[in-house]
Amino acid sequence: MEKHCTNSQVKGVSTGTTILAATFDGGVVIGSDSRASMGGEYVSSKTINKVIQVHDQIFCCMAGSLADAQAVTKAAKFHLSFHSVQMESPPLVISAASVLKELCYKNKDELQAGFITAGWDRKKGPQVYVVALGGMLMSQPVTIGGSGSTYIYGYVDAKYKPNMSRDECLQFATNALALAMGRDNVSGGVAHLVVITETGVEHVVVPGNKLPKFHDE
Amino acid sequence: MALSNVLETPAAGFNFDNAARNAALEGLFDGGQTPKPLKTGTTIAGVVFKDGVVLGADTRATSSEVVADKMCAKIHYIAPNIYCCGAGTAADTEKTTDLLSSNLTIFSLNSGRNPRVVMAVNILQDMLYRYHGQIGANLILGGVDCTGNHLYTVGPYGSVNKVPYLSMGSGDLAALGILEDGFKHDLELEKAKELVCAAIHAGIMSDLGSGNNIDIYPTRSQSTKTTGRPARRRF
Repeated sequence: MEKHCTNSQVKGVSTGTTILAATFDGGVVIGSDSRASMGGEYVSSKTINKVIQVHDQIFCCMAGSLADAQAVTKAAKFHLSFHSVQMESPPLVISAASVLKELCYKNKDELQAGFITAGWDRKKGPQVYVVALGGMLMSQPVTIGGSGSTYIYGYVDAKYKPNMSRDECLQFATNALALAMGRDNVSGGVAHLVVITETGVEHVVVPGNKLPKFHDE
Repeated sequence: MALSNVLETPAAGFNFDNAARNAALEGLFDGGQTPKPLKTGTTIAGVVFKDGVVLGADTRATSSEVVADKMCAKIHYIAPNIYCCGAGTAADTEKTTDLLSSNLTIFSLNSGRNPRVVMAVNILQDMLYRYHGQIGANLILGGVDCTGNHLYTVGPYGSVNKVPYLSMGSGDLAALGILEDGFKHDLELEKAKELVCAAIHAGIMSDLGSGNNIDIYPTRSQSTKTTGRPARRRF
């Protein structure tokens, strides 16, 4: 196993990823790539799932160390489930984001995990929150994260419009992921997307060969 | 949960108390390097097929350049329907799988239910994550339960992935090449055993740390008879 490890900052398997979420008129799209790497040069999985369901209509995307992110989302799932039983109603998206934030902030010295939380609740409708590495929590209409996000800031800033339709937003997210996967070596595989609306949840998986191609591909 | 664990259940949430201790320990050794534990130097593989899961492993255990054990058993019993291959530090994989097996037996007796593969995976993930990579166990967990045939990989830091085929250990890249080429969904038992055997064989040929014999163990659903003990093939 040592030969796979180089001077990467993340110990063990890293998600080394591109994750994003965007609100549209009536819902939210959250998505990620599916590559897990070790040491920045070995792909340890082509089909890792980084979009995790933490409650019926709340999903979160993980970035950073896979072990840390999986442990945090497991703890978050439990907390949210318990919270929703106590409150006798589905949790708010901000509650889910706060649970993740508490775990990340309180253990910031030892954890290396960041999250994007997106979902729909009855109080505020579709929302997107980002929990950064040190535990900062922010609400944004569209957000990108992971190592591949650096390559698509321009695209997102130029192409995102508030109140798009569902199909426009899905196409926007697919394009953004495809562009990031094309330039970032630790992002790749398939594009996992989840569309969350008031009526429910829909998974869309775009295999690598069906991703949109751009001018130099 | 009172049903499942022999040891006391750890408190909810994270406990990083040992992180400071580990940092202090590293400072005590010259050059800051703790002594390296013995490794198995292994090729292990698993494949999900139509009626279950086939696990395979080589049988060489190395201590640096010396072969310490030529007939080391790397496929560990977890439950009648769940087996686990271990790569990494031999002592760690032995003890971790033993602990898991005991916990699942207690759970079975208490609850009257057969353990599920996903439960074994969760217990392993919790344990390995708590130790933050200090337990050098790279495990392939495969089994059949009422929800189907499952194959999981658990890394030393506690990351988990569910896959249809997999190889781990120092010979993993060679074995993975064979698996990538030959894997299809819903293989028959004989074809699946041949595929795993070929994968381990490739690992043995291409990796100095793997060798000697190949152990193959198919775990099948209750409707078909199991072979009993891992079939040891010499070559």
